[in-house]
Amino acid sequence: MATIVRDPGTPTQTHHEVTRDVVNTLGTAGKGYLLLLAGAVGLFLVGVGTFIMLLKDGLGLAGYNPPVFWSVFITTFVFWVGIGHAGTLISAILFLFRSPWRTAVYRATEAMTVFAVMTAGLFPIIHIGRQWFFYWLMPYPNQRWLWPNFKSPLVWDVFAISTYLTVSTTFLCVGLVPDVAAARDIMSGWRQKVYRIFSLGWKGTDNQWRHYSRAYLYLAALATPLVLSVHSIVSWDFAMSIIPGWHGTIFAPYFVAGAIYSGVGMVFTLIIPLRKVLKIEHMITDYHFDNLAKLTLFTGSILFYAYLMEYFIGWYSGNVFEQTTFWRRAFGPMWWGGWTMIICNAFVSQLLWFRRIRTNLTSLFIISIFINIGMWFERYVIITSSLSNDFLPFAWSQMNPTWADWGILAGSFGWFGMWFLLFARTFPVVAIQEIKEQIPYPRLRKGGH
Amino acid sequence: MARTVPGVLAAFQHIDAACDAIQALRAQGRKDFTVYAAAHNHELEEAVGKPVSPVRLFTLFGGLTGACAGLGMTYWMSLDWPLLVGGKPIASVPPYVVFIFELMVLLGSLSTVAGVVLLSLAKPTTGLAYDPRFSDDQIGIFVPCTGADAAAVERMFTDAGSVGVRHAA
Repeated sequence: MATIVRDPGTPTQTHHEVTRDVVNTLGTAGKGYLLLLAGAVGLFLVGVGTFIMLLKDGLGLAGYNPPVFWSVFITTFVFWVGIGHAGTLISAILFLFRSPWRTAVYRATEAMTVFAVMTAGLFPIIHIGRQWFFYWLMPYPNQRWLWPNFKSPLVWDVFAISTYLTVSTTFLCVGLVPDVAAARDIMSGWRQKVYRIFSLGWKGTDNQWRHYSRAYLYLAALATPLVLSVHSIVSWDFAMSIIPGWHGTIFAPYFVAGAIYSGVGMVFTLIIPLRKVLKIEHMITDYHFDNLAKLTLFTGSILFYAYLMEYFIGWYSGNVFEQTTFWRRAFGPMWWGGWTMIICNAFVSQLLWFRRIRTNLTSLFIISIFINIGMWFERYVIITSSLSNDFLPFAWSQMNPTWADWGILAGSFGWFGMWFLLFARTFPVVAIQEIKEQIPYPRLRKGGH
Repeated sequence: MARTVPGVLAAFQHIDAACDAIQALRAQGRKDFTVYAAAHNHELEEAVGKPVSPVRLFTLFGGLTGACAGLGMTYWMSLDWPLLVGGKPIASVPPYVVFIFELMVLLGSLSTVAGVVLLSLAKPTTGLAYDPRFSDDQIGIFVPCTGADAAAVERMFTDAGSVGVRHAA
């Protein structure tokens, strides 16, 4: 007789237990949560203070020095855009693939996407120096009626990032509506009033589900190419130039894989402590971490290949500027940055071949910290090392980050962490309705549908 | 306050019982019933038997509008102030594909959401009897009816295996 093997991804709780456990996460905050939030707000205030100093004294405080005018701020911009990509991959692409393990983690990763892109969006504004003219980034004609240059990758970027932020926010909010309605029906008092507003009159009628489920599918279908395009466009900010080390056709897939890799790393960093603080360990289990780790291993291996190819093509091109750039990345003044990125990204990710590591949360958390550091350094090395030594050796100079760079970087982590933590206590961080979709309703008669 | 629609509201614990009740309602020629569920369920969708949502038309219209807007905007703005740089074409499609694509996705997504809102508003739920358990673990069916008709519907729900039936005044 054939044995039906239960999919390990199928939740073990009943419908009622899912609602109860997720809505319980919205209750009064505990000590651990408040400590994390206080830390995030503290870092954010460091960033605010640094930004005020930058407004007052200018970008000179931030180590901007010829020939390096793109440094920590642009590095951090690319880092945060990349973080967002794992969220959309898990919520949209894996939704289209009907991957069962995404349901428990996708809401948290989707929120991570929105807040990461929101954080990234601040950096072009901080970077431009005269921040009060930030609206010049928008495509409208200047006083001579000259329109923006649509052939510039920087204008592509403005469109790509703003579209990405809008679409991911829409996707997150649409997904939240039925869950907020479930919370509304359990809560009482002022909380119920607030959730009633956010639930937009949702009652889960057949008519609402009919339109909603289709719309969600189309949103996922639209978000899928968007996520692949956004980091490709970010990579073209560099690849469309002729700077050695930037002008590579591999950049788009290399950046997309790196973005997903860094994003999944951040998912580990956020979810491992969060599931403990919110007491949802039984909902996000080893099974989910194992699958997330496999995704990390896959993208980390693509990254490993891309690093090898970068160095190989640098040598094989016969172009002395390319060769020098890559030689200096490994053995020049920035060797420490170059090796940090290779060790943290290419080598550390290979540890995930072992199942014991993939299902050990302490190991995964440590690896995720390596990934975060490695991916920030990857962008830092690509950006500053290429600008430090371009075609004119007499102009070569190293970039040295200052306290202002570190202050803004710390502030960005605080800003991101603050929004993520506030979200996690205010809205269901696990998708109630999608988990329920996986749990079969009880039947009067035996046999399945 | 919205007027309550008179009718019968039944709660079901079992999916097959709810589907039986829906099919019985359809067999009686009823189309005005409302089914509540906490999650999207294909079995219920099949039992209700409504056609595929037309929300896809909103997505298509929004996407096409966005693509045309992206192409039109970049072409028109380039030709509005023709600036010849490096002998390159003033208006060039390959770089403009980025704007065409981004605006297609942007307007396609926003119009999809607008479609859900408009289509849901076309069949308002105001005044229909509802129970908070329907967003938790039970399936609900509401049938607007009065008098003898309501008694027959109540009987049918009880026979199908409903775990609770009540009348909405």
